[in-house]
Amino acid sequence: MQKLRLRYAKRGRLRFTSHRDVARAFERALRRAGVPMAYSQGFSPHPKVSWAGAVPTGVSSVAEYAEVQLVERLDPEVLRDELNAALPDGIDVLDAADAEPGALADRLQVSRWRIDLPGTDVAELRDAVTALMAADTALVERMTKDGRRTIDARAALVSAEVQGGPRIVAQGDQISASTAQVDDWPEASEPYGILVTVVRQTTPVVRPDDVLSALRVVADLAPSAAASATRLEQGRLDDGGRIVDPLARASGGDRIPAGGPAAG
Amino acid sequence: MRVESVFDRLEPLLPRVSKPVQYVGGELNATAKAWDDVAVRWCLMYPDAYEVGLPNQGVQILYEILNEQPDVLAERTYAVWPDLEELMREHDIPQFTVDSHRPVGAFDVLGLSFATELGYTNLLSALDLAGISLHAVDRTDDDPIVLAGGHAAFNPEPIADFLDAAVLGDGEEAVLEITEAIRRWKAEGQPGGRDELLLRLAESGGVYVPKFYDVSYRPDGAIDEVVPNRDRVPYRVFKRTTMELDDWPYPKKPLVPLAESVHERMSVEIFRGCTRGCRFCQAGMITRPVRERSIEGIGEMVQRGLAATGFDEVGLLSLSSADHSEIAEITKGLADRYEGTNTGLSLPSTRVDAFNIDLANELSRNGRRSGLTFAPEGGSERIRRVINKMVSEEDLIRTVSAAFANGWRQVKLYFMCGLPTETDEDVLQIAEMAKEVIRAGREVSGRKDIRCTISIGGFVPKPHTPFQWAGQTDPDTIDDRLRKLRQAINADRSLGRNIGMRYHDGKPSLVEGLLSRGDRRLGRVIERVWREGGRFDGWNEHFSFERWMSCATAELEQLGVDVDWYTTRERGEHEVLPWDHLDSGLDKEWLWADWQDALDAREQDDCRWTPCFDCGVCPTMGTDIEVGPTGRKLLPISPVGQGSPVRNPAFNGG
Ligand code: SF4
Repeated sequence: MQKLRLRYAKRGRLRFTSHRDVARAFERALRRAGVPMAYSQGFSPHPKVSWAGAVPTGVSSVAEYAEVQLVERLDPEVLRDELNAALPDGIDVLDAADAEPGALADRLQVSRWRIDLPGTDVAELRDAVTALMAADTALVERMTKDGRRTIDARAALVSAEVQGGPRIVAQGDQISASTAQVDDWPEASEPYGILVTVVRQTTPVVRPDDVLSALRVVADLAPSAAASATRLEQGRLDDGGRIVDPLARASGGDRIPAGGPAAG
Repeated sequence: MRVESVFDRLEPLLPRVSKPVQYVGGELNATAKAWDDVAVRWCLMYPDAYEVGLPNQGVQILYEILNEQPDVLAERTYAVWPDLEELMREHDIPQFTVDSHRPVGAFDVLGLSFATELGYTNLLSALDLAGISLHAVDRTDDDPIVLAGGHAAFNPEPIADFLDAAVLGDGEEAVLEITEAIRRWKAEGQPGGRDELLLRLAESGGVYVPKFYDVSYRPDGAIDEVVPNRDRVPYRVFKRTTMELDDWPYPKKPLVPLAESVHERMSVEIFRGCTRGCRFCQAGMITRPVRERSIEGIGEMVQRGLAATGFDEVGLLSLSSADHSEIAEITKGLADRYEGTNTGLSLPSTRVDAFNIDLANELSRNGRRSGLTFAPEGGSERIRRVINKMVSEEDLIRTVSAAFANGWRQVKLYFMCGLPTETDEDVLQIAEMAKEVIRAGREVSGRKDIRCTISIGGFVPKPHTPFQWAGQTDPDTIDDRLRKLRQAINADRSLGRNIGMRYHDGKPSLVEGLLSRGDRRLGRVIERVWREGGRFDGWNEHFSFERWMSCATAELEQLGVDVDWYTTRERGEHEVLPWDHLDSGLDKEWLWADWQDALDAREQDDCRWTPCFDCGVCPTMGTDIEVGPTGRKLLPISPVGQGSPVRNPAFNGG
């Protein structure tokens, strides 16, 4: 029995898939690729795949995580390649590694988001973000399964940084350029703001649209309907405020994400 | 003309609609070809929501056959939900294909597969969104040929105004021949324009072009005659029949949707046609004769399909799957081969008398043990003789008892209400049957948690069946009988508690009946319903009986006919029926004799096992029944192993 953890992307057109759609696509790809999956027992056996909290339908990500159990030992890199050949374009396994001890969810404490705001002036966005970060609370409303809830979006924000110009990909973080190029960004002929923010995974989860609602509440910022978000990273915050790769070995220090050139 | 993807304009709207994933395409095994590299371009449509339309086998088969041609491309389009339709109108986005998001109006052919008449209003939405004139006579050389197929195309008269052409029967060869005609006509520089192309299709036989036929009516509202108005056009149009299914192993690579759809499985059609002769069943009548796929062909399709899709269920499709002459060998072979891979097998339609517990055990060996489903269709022995669905209550009880003894806990039974000659008593017998099932189940299993669900649909008389002359039962009578049935079930608290009942009221059936046996005068009704907002009539939340009735009254009154005339009226032997010039091979005199037998509750045998009973199909169509046993083997027979039904050499020695 082998347990593998995967980092995968959901992007492009396939960002419109729901989490259920992704899960189904994964299970089918595992079968198509001939992966010796472990199955649950019982009346309707299911392949043993477990999922860490997923991005909402319509939101892109290059940092989603899943854990799969196999009945034979496989080389993680071979599995990654074979699975990618079977997955639809837009859902891609970027990284695979043997599972380290401890729960995967414990390694996913914060998310780094990139929120693109076409039509929003960079200076205006910067002012709004400064006001938000200076506020003690920012209460926003959201419909959840249990009805309308008020959540404090500010409390979950670790950091927020405004970048100008649409062609800039998240600089200075550990994501390689090739994986951060999520979509075709629009041309920079009009105002275009980019907000890169680190959000703590609280319950309920504060999502990119909650951050936008918070900017509206605090600073009256009204982004256009074309705003879009991408999850760039998930992980644990280390003492220096950096995000630790959840697939890293406990002792091995930083590892370079597989599947693309090193960052920097 | 430059044909560009509309996706850039569509994408910003998608976050605002429900289930946007249904519009993005990118399904596994979908094909995208370059527009300029091909000679003929087909757009295939199933006129319902994506989740219903995508699994449709007919569309998938034609999609693959056409795309295999090097100089042909085929893309798919489905009905868009009203929320997106509104946004598309607001932003001027045309009906698009999900493959490359090309505008539907740019294709050479828009081919629609109609499984039911309730898709007719969605046809109009699609044409209108595509910018194609609703009426065939208004179309120009630049518009696609709008072509209908599928079971409902055996009487396309209600939508004749909106169609350029219709094909009856199997589409495999027909699409290739139509493609060839278009290819040649385009290569010649489109001589004679649209009409010449349609004439060439019509005179080749097997393609019905409604506008080349004139219909005249008698003072009493009945049809006087239907005659061609061009001399190159034949008087009768014949259905197409694909023989040797083994030569057509499609779909080879079934489409795998990202979105959830109604059938999440890999379907293999194990035979086509049915000779049981159930008198209500249009599909059984119009798909004759029986043509079986060989066990070897089925084995290959399953193996290839699982490798191409990753589905965890294989559905062995046909009108009555357990009737395949080698069904036991097929199910055992597949269960052996896929043991340990969690691959389920299902026979979506089985008959009680063809069913046995060995079969059920093989089916559930590698997958879920879901409920058992049977379709006695009629509650009383007498009514089952009328409809020629010869299942005795003893057979049913014996079968379900065996199932309950083997660990099953649930049975689902399908029935119809409103059958010809039906009385309250026939319907009340359904309650007795369900109670008997529960009693038998409790006795053999010694358990209380036995459940029986009865599902009841309103009967709709269909063209090309012995019941094409029958008067349809009005919705009030049906609703009344179902109410009495519910009371009869509840009368015994102890048994009734374990009986579930699912039914529709009689109203949608009446509209289906109106459209099924309608003629060209219904075109204006359909158009009016659509203009007043009618969409997705197969969906409860969108269907409006009142809208259909008010539009029908308004449009039909001036013509001297009404809804009852089309539905509850019984037709006479010599009345010209709107589809009489569309030949399914069934001899009209044979159908009439069978209708008389029905009224006398006289049964008819199955022509597969007994000598031919001269329904007319085989001699008219030059076909023959194709049944085994072939004595061939399921290949390869070796078991696959654990985890996945696919072996991947890359993982060897990992
Ligand atoms: S013609 Fe005879 S053999 Fe052919 S389908 Fe009809 S009854 Fe069966």
